[in-house]
Amino acid sequence: MKSAKYLAASALLASTAFGTVSASADELTLCWAAWDPANALVELSKEFEAQSGHTMKFEFVPWPNFADRMLNELNSGGKLCDLLIGDSQWIGGGAENGHYVKLNDFFDSEGISMDDFAPATVYAYSTWPKGTPNYYALPAMGDANGWFYRKDWFEKPEIQAAYKEATGQDLGVPKTQKELLQIAQFFQGREIDGQTRYGAAIFTERGSEGITMGATGALYAWGFKYETEPGTYQMEGAVNSPAAVEALEFYKEFYKTATPPGYTDSYMEQSLDAFKSGQVAMAMNWFAFFPGLYADPDVGGDKIGFFVNPGQNVEASTLGGQGISVVAYSDKQDAALEYIKWFAQPDVQKKWWDLGGYSCHVSVLNDPGFTESAPFAADFLKAMDGVQDFWQEPAYAELLLAMQKRLHDYIVADQGTAQEALDKLIEDWTETFEDEGKL
Amino acid sequence: MSDTPIDRVAKATPPVLARKIRGFSDRAIAWVFIAPTIFLLLAVNIFPLIWTINLSFTNFRANRPNREVDYIGLRNYERILTDGDIWLTMQATAHFLFWTIFFQVLIGFTLAWLINRKFKGNDLWTTIIVLPMMLSPAVVGNFWTFLYQPQIGLFNYGVSFFTGIDPSSFQMIGDVALAPWSIVIVDTWMWTPFVMLICLAGLRSIPDYIYEAAEIDRASKWRQFWTITVPMVLPFLMLAVLFRGIENFKMFDLVVQLTGGGPGSVTELTSINLKREAFEKWRTGYASAYAIILFVTVFGLASIYVKALNKVKER
Amino acid sequence: MSSFSITEPSRTQKWVAGALVVGYALITLLPLIWILTTGFKSPVDAISYPPKVFFEPSLEGYVNLFTTRTRVSPEQLQALPPPASWYEEIVRNRDMVIAGPSRYGERFLNSVIIGFGSTFLSVFLGTLAAYAFSRFKVPLKDDLLFFILSTRMMPPIAVAIPIFLMFRSLGLSDTHLGMILLYTAVNISLSVWLLKGFIDEIPREYEEAALIDGYTRFQAFYKVVLPQAATGIASTAIFCLIFSWNEYAFAVLLTSGTAQTAPPFIPTIIGVGGQDWPAVAAGATLFLVPVLVFTILLRKHLLRGITFGAVRK
Repeated sequence: MKSAKYLAASALLASTAFGTVSASADELTLCWAAWDPANALVELSKEFEAQSGHTMKFEFVPWPNFADRMLNELNSGGKLCDLLIGDSQWIGGGAENGHYVKLNDFFDSEGISMDDFAPATVYAYSTWPKGTPNYYALPAMGDANGWFYRKDWFEKPEIQAAYKEATGQDLGVPKTQKELLQIAQFFQGREIDGQTRYGAAIFTERGSEGITMGATGALYAWGFKYETEPGTYQMEGAVNSPAAVEALEFYKEFYKTATPPGYTDSYMEQSLDAFKSGQVAMAMNWFAFFPGLYADPDVGGDKIGFFVNPGQNVEASTLGGQGISVVAYSDKQDAALEYIKWFAQPDVQKKWWDLGGYSCHVSVLNDPGFTESAPFAADFLKAMDGVQDFWQEPAYAELLLAMQKRLHDYIVADQGTAQEALDKLIEDWTETFEDEGKL
Repeated sequence: MSDTPIDRVAKATPPVLARKIRGFSDRAIAWVFIAPTIFLLLAVNIFPLIWTINLSFTNFRANRPNREVDYIGLRNYERILTDGDIWLTMQATAHFLFWTIFFQVLIGFTLAWLINRKFKGNDLWTTIIVLPMMLSPAVVGNFWTFLYQPQIGLFNYGVSFFTGIDPSSFQMIGDVALAPWSIVIVDTWMWTPFVMLICLAGLRSIPDYIYEAAEIDRASKWRQFWTITVPMVLPFLMLAVLFRGIENFKMFDLVVQLTGGGPGSVTELTSINLKREAFEKWRTGYASAYAIILFVTVFGLASIYVKALNKVKER
Repeated sequence: MSSFSITEPSRTQKWVAGALVVGYALITLLPLIWILTTGFKSPVDAISYPPKVFFEPSLEGYVNLFTTRTRVSPEQLQALPPPASWYEEIVRNRDMVIAGPSRYGERFLNSVIIGFGSTFLSVFLGTLAAYAFSRFKVPLKDDLLFFILSTRMMPPIAVAIPIFLMFRSLGLSDTHLGMILLYTAVNISLSVWLLKGFIDEIPREYEEAALIDGYTRFQAFYKVVLPQAATGIASTAIFCLIFSWNEYAFAVLLTSGTAQTAPPFIPTIIGVGGQDWPAVAAGATLFLVPVLVFTILLRKHLLRGITFGAVRK
């Protein structure tokens, strides 16, 4: 049945390729988060509208509500979205519960090869079970959590002198997590240009995924692993390893000693706000925002610098980013596949990067001029080399909620110790995997 | 109904004619009129309730339609009742319930008593005071997060204006100690008028001659207040508490928008916790058992309370 | 009547009481005034410290509420033709161009459709049922009435679980019809209880006279009882409308892109970089003002409405 549909789809595509106008012009709805890259995609998609005759509608949901609303939409079998750029962790549920259309046959018939996309992104955004050649999405937007800082402040001689005096070291881009904290603590409460400034904006949000995405930046750098052996769901000794405990205590110290006051529930928007309003010297956020930050009239240009999440025991960054999938409940799957075919073309991918989207296509990433095309392009490649992601299990939401609660309880609400928080987290996760029949 | 004029007329007329006069029989009309309502409530309330009870004995997950569903007996109930985190949630709810009702009764009654001094223009000011309670809690709650912002927010500024505390030195919704009070404050702001209106009705139901008789007996104002005013208003006040109690036990929209249950889980009331279990973790069976436990609790407490209320009324 | 009455408060008492009540009313009104004024502030004024009481009014919040905008570079901005309207000019001043309308209008319209649809249905059904309960012998009347009321005690989230599953299998998720039916079911308890109270107050003699005049029961109902109950029906309708208008829990769980109402939408209004408080305030103002007007119209029946008719003035 399904392959018949793909045959029909490819027949239709073939006919359009030969210049005949497709029988029906559909209105496609693409769902994604409401953020800078989404606006770039609207711009990019105008070309698709002109070529195909279909019209595009967009449903962009703000990040704090994005997962909630879109997973609800999928679970209720809704027809709102024909195309969904869903978060990397949703792929397991999307595949196992039949929300996403499997794309293998379509890729084969259209000659779209996953070898044309960076392996890390294919692994993270497209495959389920992980690493197998079963594709449920096309890598659409590469992303990782990185850092940016006030270059103009870092370069002030009086600041450099004060830093040298305070720490005995030269002020520069931090190489390790501990150095990062040391610099943040140095800026905390410091008066610059007549205003009190603070260390860094980090993620502490409770409602969706914020504090997990922030704290894993430290956890991964300390060598945190979810399982002792991949695929065994054995978490004792991995999740609560001494290194993990140290990393979590580090993140709490960071929150307590180097962030702006009242920074108890902040994620992407708050991080951007704090940086743009000149409150902080450094901030963490997704690479997706870097083009916009660089273009910012107040803090962008030569006032801003970027760096990859510093390592500690290992080099690692928290993975963001999304693949684009066709929703199985859509009535317009053929047109939706047409969109993916169009989007996968190298020249469209090139334009995507130019507009501010992070292409995962190797023709873009391996282009000799790529690292020079933006001040954060080289860092992006480096970050994508060491990305690690949260569980992508079908039960991901449950696993994430448990981690959100345990981390926020410990870091922000001051309950218990890091060891207890991680022990409890293992209990929560064990319960989930037992329910799933995986333990 | 047998002694209404129409029945007497009907009895005196031949059956064929009677039918013409009466159209449908009263009994038929009654059923035609009531049936749609009952049917709708059965479909949208009772059928789902039975479904929920059924689900509560299973490990069903609404986000896993392809998975086999097993009946697991009372395991869900056992898990909930032995879960320490849920007891913390219940404590947060109890804190919220107790203090909102306490402040609303205190302020609401005082306001009603003052308004009952019948000063000029009291009707106008009553209407103004009532406004917050009619508004959308989600929209208003969302805006309160702005009023609570440490530096730019009006609330902190107001506090600093009256007390001299630095407005950026405390944060109502982010602080573990203050967050539970931040939701109490907004709920009290919104719902004090509700208690006030009911108390006002109670005060106005007391006939003047009772006070006049007390005055003749030379009872002091203070004594009049405790022996006449309070007992007469008490049934009204208890009714107000019943309504507020049920509503705040169900509380979701206002608090979700204000704190989202945080920081940590200190303001995670039962409804918010239930929403996480049901619509974020998608543990449908488990959440169904949770819902049943909550329903039985509300229903049980409300029934006991109504009995007490009726006793007070009888006195 | 003598000039002195022992139950009438003294002038001083009245004065003090009046001052205290007015003081409370003003404080309680502040957050609402703040919503109203923030809608007319510029983004900078809205987040200034200390909070600004006097400011230069701006319509930027309202423009942002109804549009989506994208940032463009100064060069691109230079190349554009001059702004065609005042609102385009406001947007251009922020280095942005209007990309299209926002979703606020649609969400507001959804609120209107679902609000009025469910109000009509619940008042229609409620009037019929209330009349039957008021005038006829119905077996188990008290139990049925209590059952109708008890449906209101369930936390909405608890009811939402099976409703979600039901809507999913019937294809009612994220539809206007589904939300209208749901809100009708929630409102009908209020509608039956309130209207029964109002109809109880209409003397039976009117109908009996009509019946003697040769009216059928049904004619008596809609030619005699309904006009008498008009005020009660109108105020019941307004209460139902306000409930549907304000409802959040069901709306956030059961609607998405098609039938989403304004309450779940307004808190998600964000600007380019950070929450756009003037736009949120503008959206809230437009959404709250109808309710404020209704509340003032309703003030005589307010108590009755909020207590399901348990307390009547």
